Amino acid sequence: MDNSLSLINDLIIPGLIIVAQILAIIIPVLLSVAFLVYAERKVLALIQLRKGPNIVGPFGLFQSFADALKLLAKENIIPNRSNKIIFLIAPMITMVLSLIGWAVIPFAPGWVISDINVGIMYLFAVSSLGVYGIIMAGWASNSQYPFLGALRSAAQMVSYEVSIGFVIITVLLCVGSLNLTKVVEAQSTVWFAIPLLPMFIIFFICALAETNRLPFDLPEDEASLVAGFSTEYSSASFVLFFLAEYASMILMSAMTVILFLGGWLPPFDIAPFNYIPSVFWFMLKITFILFLFLWVRGTFPRYRYDQLMRLGWKVFLPLSLFWVVVTAGFLVMFDLLPT
Amino acid sequence: MLMIIKTIKSFALLELFRGMFLTFRYIFKAKVTINYPHEKGPLSPRFRGEHALRRYPNGEERCIACKLCEAICPAQAITIEAEPRKDGSRRTVRYDIDMTKCIYCGLCQESCPVDAIVEGPNFEFSTETREELMYNKEKLLLNGDRWEHEIAQNLQSDSSYR
Repeated sequence: MDNSLSLINDLIIPGLIIVAQILAIIIPVLLSVAFLVYAERKVLALIQLRKGPNIVGPFGLFQSFADALKLLAKENIIPNRSNKIIFLIAPMITMVLSLIGWAVIPFAPGWVISDINVGIMYLFAVSSLGVYGIIMAGWASNSQYPFLGALRSAAQMVSYEVSIGFVIITVLLCVGSLNLTKVVEAQSTVWFAIPLLPMFIIFFICALAETNRLPFDLPEDEASLVAGFSTEYSSASFVLFFLAEYASMILMSAMTVILFLGGWLPPFDIAPFNYIPSVFWFMLKITFILFLFLWVRGTFPRYRYDQLMRLGWKVFLPLSLFWVVVTAGFLVMFDLLPT
Repeated sequence: MLMIIKTIKSFALLELFRGMFLTFRYIFKAKVTINYPHEKGPLSPRFRGEHALRRYPNGEERCIACKLCEAICPAQAITIEAEPRKDGSRRTVRYDIDMTKCIYCGLCQESCPVDAIVEGPNFEFSTETREELMYNKEKLLLNGDRWEHEIAQNLQSDSSYR
């Protein structure tokens, strides 16, 4: 009796709390994915002088749910020559990887599942792992277009991660900690987007490449690769890829906001601004970055593959390296290095 | 010097920001979409849609079975069989149009000496089976009765150009 009581106290209750915390993050994230898809279609339509979805629900707000239901009701086709196990696991891995990153994201002071001291490294690792799902999908499909898409994706992600790494190093030089909460708190005087503006822009562009968004969506370039790595996917596994792409978009925006736009901090720490809850500021900034994602998609044509590589290796890499040196030199010279 | 300016411009992403500003302005422009089932675009009086066989105001069918439309039809979609009626006038006993063959060129309408076969303003006649698109005389006359008002109006407004 005594034993089972301590079992409940030590294991089950903390377990339930963790599960509740996870659900409290995952459900809003998935809901916002649904509305992000809607927002994307709407923004693109508005830019192209169309009206966009406006039938399902008020202003077409429930369009994504209708689409998801439609896709889930369809047959899941598994190609004969595919490697069936990897073919089915790939979308799951992509989906899981786009969701586990949220574990370290601080939504507000103290609102974080695990406040680990290597938060940035964790996020960086998770976003880099995202490419595995795509490579597995492309390889397991055993078909030429997905395979080419996977190859492109692998090369693209590796190239842009290098620059992202240097951008993160610059931010870390200014913060002195890998903990994401500390990163946000270090921006209470000024958001890093202002002193590190070039790095902010590089990070944003690399985030576009990292999430395979236009103008860098070569892994699923429909003009030359049908649908890239997701060509052979249908039904639920396609839904998972789709959700994962948008969930990782939101994750990357959250990362951008934390690193450069002051996380949950209000723009000015004065009366009308700091009455608004911090979570609201955090979401508002994420929404802004997401709008930038969609806006960029509506504006620019897709890069050619060699141009993409040139931009990554010959422009962003030297530029970000240069700014690392400049920032470090500046901090040392004026003795501003955080302890 | 020019090169320096160019480099500064490209590093400031000037062109990109101008492009983004342009698309941003487009967000607020008036939209060109027509909410189709609820709103419809204007149709010319010469619009060539679904076929119809017309009648005279007294209810007599116009078609005199001259078979000009059958002869001119480039898709050979029209099939006509004719016999003298009991009162001696020559009339069709069969007037079929295969709407899956029809190319909506309007030559049947042009060739008709009595304005019997016309292409009306209706373009919403999709069906769920192929068989429903094999129109017979009955169906075409029914179309004529249904669209007579619009067809007469269109012919009237177009008559001054003929």
